[in-house]
Amino acid sequence: MTTSETSRDVPLVQDQRLLGRRDVMPTVAAALGAAGVAILCWAVIGWHSALGVAVTTFVSFVVILTLAEFMARDADEVDLVEAERGEGEVADERPPEPDSELEPEQLPPVVLAAVPDAADVGDEPEQDRPVKRKKVRGSDLVEGLVAAFVAAAFAELLRIVFRMDSLVGVVIWWYIAFLFVYFLLVRDRADSESALDHVVTVVVWSFAALVSAVLVWMVLFVLFRGLPKLAATFFTQDLSKVGPLSPGGGAKHAIIGTLEQVGIATIIVVPIAILTAIYLNEINGRLAGPVRFVVDSMSGLPSIVAGLLVYTVLVTSHGFSGLAGSLALVILMLPTVTRTSEEILRTIPGGLREGGLALGAPEWRLARRVVLPTALAGLVTAVILGVARAIGETAPNDVSNIGADTTNTSPVHGPQDDLPLFVWKLIRSPEDTQVKRGFTGALVLVMLIFVLFVIARLVANRGQRKLGRVR
Amino acid sequence: MDSPSSDLLEASADADVPFRPISRATGGDRVYRTMATVAASASLVIVTVTAVFLIDKARPALGKAGVRDFFTTSVWNPTVGRFGVLGLVEGTLIIAAISMTIAVPLGVGMALFINEYGPLRLRRPLTTLIDLLAALPSLLFGMWGFFALQSHLKPVASFLSTRLSAVPFLRAPSGSGLTQSSFIAGVVVSMMILPIITSVSRDVMAQVPREQCEGALALGGTRWGMVRDVILPFARSGIVGGALLGFGRALGETIAVALIITPRIDVNTHVLTTGGGSIAAFIAVHFGEASTLERSGLVAAGLALFILTLITNFLARAVVNRTRIQS
Repeated sequence: MTTSETSRDVPLVQDQRLLGRRDVMPTVAAALGAAGVAILCWAVIGWHSALGVAVTTFVSFVVILTLAEFMARDADEVDLVEAERGEGEVADERPPEPDSELEPEQLPPVVLAAVPDAADVGDEPEQDRPVKRKKVRGSDLVEGLVAAFVAAAFAELLRIVFRMDSLVGVVIWWYIAFLFVYFLLVRDRADSESALDHVVTVVVWSFAALVSAVLVWMVLFVLFRGLPKLAATFFTQDLSKVGPLSPGGGAKHAIIGTLEQVGIATIIVVPIAILTAIYLNEINGRLAGPVRFVVDSMSGLPSIVAGLLVYTVLVTSHGFSGLAGSLALVILMLPTVTRTSEEILRTIPGGLREGGLALGAPEWRLARRVVLPTALAGLVTAVILGVARAIGETAPNDVSNIGADTTNTSPVHGPQDDLPLFVWKLIRSPEDTQVKRGFTGALVLVMLIFVLFVIARLVANRGQRKLGRVR
Repeated sequence: MDSPSSDLLEASADADVPFRPISRATGGDRVYRTMATVAASASLVIVTVTAVFLIDKARPALGKAGVRDFFTTSVWNPTVGRFGVLGLVEGTLIIAAISMTIAVPLGVGMALFINEYGPLRLRRPLTTLIDLLAALPSLLFGMWGFFALQSHLKPVASFLSTRLSAVPFLRAPSGSGLTQSSFIAGVVVSMMILPIITSVSRDVMAQVPREQCEGALALGGTRWGMVRDVILPFARSGIVGGALLGFGRALGETIAVALIITPRIDVNTHVLTTGGGSIAAFIAVHFGEASTLERSGLVAAGLALFILTLITNFLARAVVNRTRIQS
């Protein structure tokens, strides 16, 4: 057992150097080969495009290097043939159960991948002490830096050769090259398996960074574009007396409209959604299956279709109005609020319900005195999040409520503007002043959503603490 | 309130009969049950009414243009009553497909980061961030895409169209612009469907039995080995379901797409060039100043979109629910 383990360790431990003698030969060979290809292209075929030849040379260099690398590894690892035997099957195989008694020779390569890590820690695995794996080691850092520099050089080369002006292109090329070089470096030290692991880790981290960056970018973007026009008059004036180019003008009418429409929608949605959630979770009657299915598929209903529905049912007979807009919002809010409320009700421990029933409470008192109070915080969160989502919906109102420039406090009579509609109309205007107003409207909208979001989070946190106490 | 106790006494008085609790609905219970049932059937009614009314209002345009022509041609001529949405359907699918190619890897990567790779401290902030991304209005995404992102994506589009012109759909016919394209709309939409893909994938990944993951690590597997051989196979159908849900959202995305692309009715297979079809965006842009017949045509287009998303969502939910039952 010990002898086989050491014999497996030896070649891998030698790989610790960043650049070994083993690496020089393939590189020289690849360089010569690539030069040969270049000469062939230039002189024999007569392809006199410097760009094409340069790219071909580089590609052939990489291809030859990779091939040589694989050949060298095969030669080095002759004594590992036994251990490598299972390589082909490992992709389909689930990792072996911990209790299966595998001889080390039969272990799949997944296991081999850890060996370099063990080598890093030195002699310690010999004793029975638990080994704490460091997350980022010095070698990782060095390899990362080297890869970053090489990739930067590559991207710069491409930039010069291709005359790329865009930063985005250079960054993308840098990233691809970085992943490639990093993979090769780690593979040289350890093996393909852990090289892949390293690369995937980098990729996943960069995904998270990218998404966060996009969100920050969007928020900052609307902040900087919207801030200059944000003044007190924005909340006290409407657009009825303001020309496209004149200063002033605000979104008073739109803000009033938004508050009214979303308010009406919320008043309609809350009882229906919570009762539906109770039906699904507490009563669980015969309709529960179909209702759940329909609610689920409604949650993916395109917002414009909701608007069209209200248009066909209501607007064709009664004309455009704020109420029509809020009914469209009802259709959009209903499924999301129902779904979240149902999830909340599901988290209430069953013992509470059983306790209530055992004390002889009828179902409705159980719902009123036990279930709803316990779930209150969660339900409030669900509603606030639903409101936050509905407040920014533009499409349904575009179809069911058209909008207006004057202040209309009545949601029932005549078209009534709201914030998303206000932004949507102004933002497409060719006039710069109008676009700026639109951005300010968007900023107000985003701030509203942020405030709602923070409130929802606070309520949710309090609710979780409360539920924790009940448990 | 006194009835349960007396029932209980009566039941236990008969010694030989096994005790069976009597559940009798009180008057309050009946009201409560009826209310809940009525509320629950509201959503059933809404969907039925949607379908009926959409079909009813779409009939004039469909009758004038012919149902077959409506789905197999690409014309939009309200004055003579000729409508065909083939180009719009194709454009909608193209934008959804582009957004999927970006959002699925990104969303699964985010889910992996939150569940497996990222430090515990970042888990909650990132979940909040994803929720926030879902709560931001479509309008904002569109504005960001049009005013901020577009100028940065144009060089990428120009690179793809010149260097990879061998690929048919990446080719850009000479003289065509590279802004306001399906490509840019797809990139923006991908950010919008990211949250749903991430949250569904996360839910499923969290259900992977922890012992299996730890077993894989304990055997010396790398983290990627564990993800590849344990988590991804287990979560596969959940990820597919989440992706389908995202696809449904992408199909119905309206305002962001309407802000970015120049709507066009014919089939445009060059995704990098200006103009593209999108049913939802087309309705949003044209509805305001449309005549009655044209509105009927737009409702018919909306009906097509409704059916398309309904099928996608049915499929997606079936897949996701199957996963949930399995575990």
